[in-house]
Amino acid sequence: MKKLVRLSKSLLVTYYAYMLEYRAELLLWALSGSLPFILMGVWSEAARQADFGLSSIEFARYFLAVYLVRQITVVWVIWDFEREIINGKLSFRLLQPLDPVWHHIASHVGERFARLPFIAGLITLFFALYPSAFWLPSLPTVGLFAIAGIGAFILQFAVQYTFAMFAFWTEKASSIQEVWFLVHLFLSGAIAPLELFPPSMRAILMWTPFPYIINFPASILTGLKVDLGHDFGMMSLWIGIFAIVNRWLWRKGLRQYSGMGA
Amino acid sequence: MSRYLNLIQIFWKTAISAELEYRLNFVFAALSSLGGLAGSLFSLFLFYRKGYNFQGWRWEEALIVVGIFTLLEGFSSTFLASNLSRIVKHIQDGTLDFVLLKPINSQFWLSFHSFSLWGVPDLLFGLAIIFYAGSLLGVGIGAYFLAAIPLIFGVVIMYSLWFMLGATSIWFTKIYNMTEVLKGLLAAGRFPIGAYPATYRFFFTFVVPVTFLTTVPAETLLGRGNPLWVAGGGCLAIVLLILSSRVWQFALRFYTSASS
Repeated sequence: MKKLVRLSKSLLVTYYAYMLEYRAELLLWALSGSLPFILMGVWSEAARQADFGLSSIEFARYFLAVYLVRQITVVWVIWDFEREIINGKLSFRLLQPLDPVWHHIASHVGERFARLPFIAGLITLFFALYPSAFWLPSLPTVGLFAIAGIGAFILQFAVQYTFAMFAFWTEKASSIQEVWFLVHLFLSGAIAPLELFPPSMRAILMWTPFPYIINFPASILTGLKVDLGHDFGMMSLWIGIFAIVNRWLWRKGLRQYSGMGA
Repeated sequence: MSRYLNLIQIFWKTAISAELEYRLNFVFAALSSLGGLAGSLFSLFLFYRKGYNFQGWRWEEALIVVGIFTLLEGFSSTFLASNLSRIVKHIQDGTLDFVLLKPINSQFWLSFHSFSLWGVPDLLFGLAIIFYAGSLLGVGIGAYFLAAIPLIFGVVIMYSLWFMLGATSIWFTKIYNMTEVLKGLLAAGRFPIGAYPATYRFFFTFVVPVTFLTTVPAETLLGRGNPLWVAGGGCLAIVLLILSSRVWQFALRFYTSASS
């Protein structure tokens, strides 16, 4: 147990320091997620002129929450993993008495801490420009949001790391991810709160992993209606499914792996 | 001039034959562009299904904006993205020396050298949407030719912005995510500019000229274009094009290469 704590601490500290080197780049990444702000403009203008069930301010808050969730759940593991397989670097990782996934997790978590100041800055700037949208969610809401946000990150990571396993068989695993990304962008609530979707479509979507990546945490933070029990259940279910498939593919893939030095 | 046209032909032939080695990529490209298009239409539908419209833009008219946006996205992934990533690579590896030594304009070489089939599905789907919506609205053939003018201005504007960003890699080396910032902002062109609040409209006209990319060509196509806006787009295109070449010349002064 003590060893585990020490191990995870040194991994995290290393990756955090590593990420700090690329601060300028992190700022640009944080800026490149501007899509929610664009949609915020269109939707709050729309809400001013027609009745969509949500007010302009609610839309502004929702999309700010979407921005926040997307920043928390950014995952790029598939590109790293693909490169490791193609360059044969995975071989060295396999020599360590540690599952390579922990390196990836540590690098993502470390990066999150390095990114945090930029996100805080951008959000402050947002409220300075648009003070009427300011709101303080209650403490339990923030707590729930934190749990849902971390869950969304885990789900996103599990999905992408599962796709990454296909790199054992094909050189184009990241193309699968790109298709998934597009689908998820439109179905996860990034373009509009799920409440605005046609009801039948929404009912189907609630059984898929998509809404739990963005819509669910963002709705909690903005105070939209959510079914906590069902949603957390579905989220865990999908994390479980992807984790199992992932471990299965990992074992099959390792037998297949023939990178440099393997 | 004919020498340059000749060169373009040679460049693209090699680029295409290189790409044809990865034919499966094309399937993925087609799939993801179809997905992107379906998503664009769906997000538009979410606005229109409750009877709301963007300041008098009918559904078919808004479709034209989506079509032009898709067309431009196809253009950028066919011509701009692959060349831009090459500029970055040349600068990182110091191979820009070889480009500079060639007896042709280095900006020309860097802008036209590569060509990717990835954007072709987007180009096709974009055109299909424009013609489909155009036929529903009864747009005449003359209008298409007229709309080509602001569209070409839009393309030039987009190219100039990208190239200037590419030129900054001489100082910053890694600029992949800077292009992501630009790409993210250009995504605003999905909707007619009238759909945005006033501050956004200002920003997307005078800071990041998204208006000239999709809304102005669409309005021209629909026969309610304002010549003043088209002319403004033309001026902006020319200014930015000249500026891009100036910026490149200026940036080259700071290029220290890897060997010398």
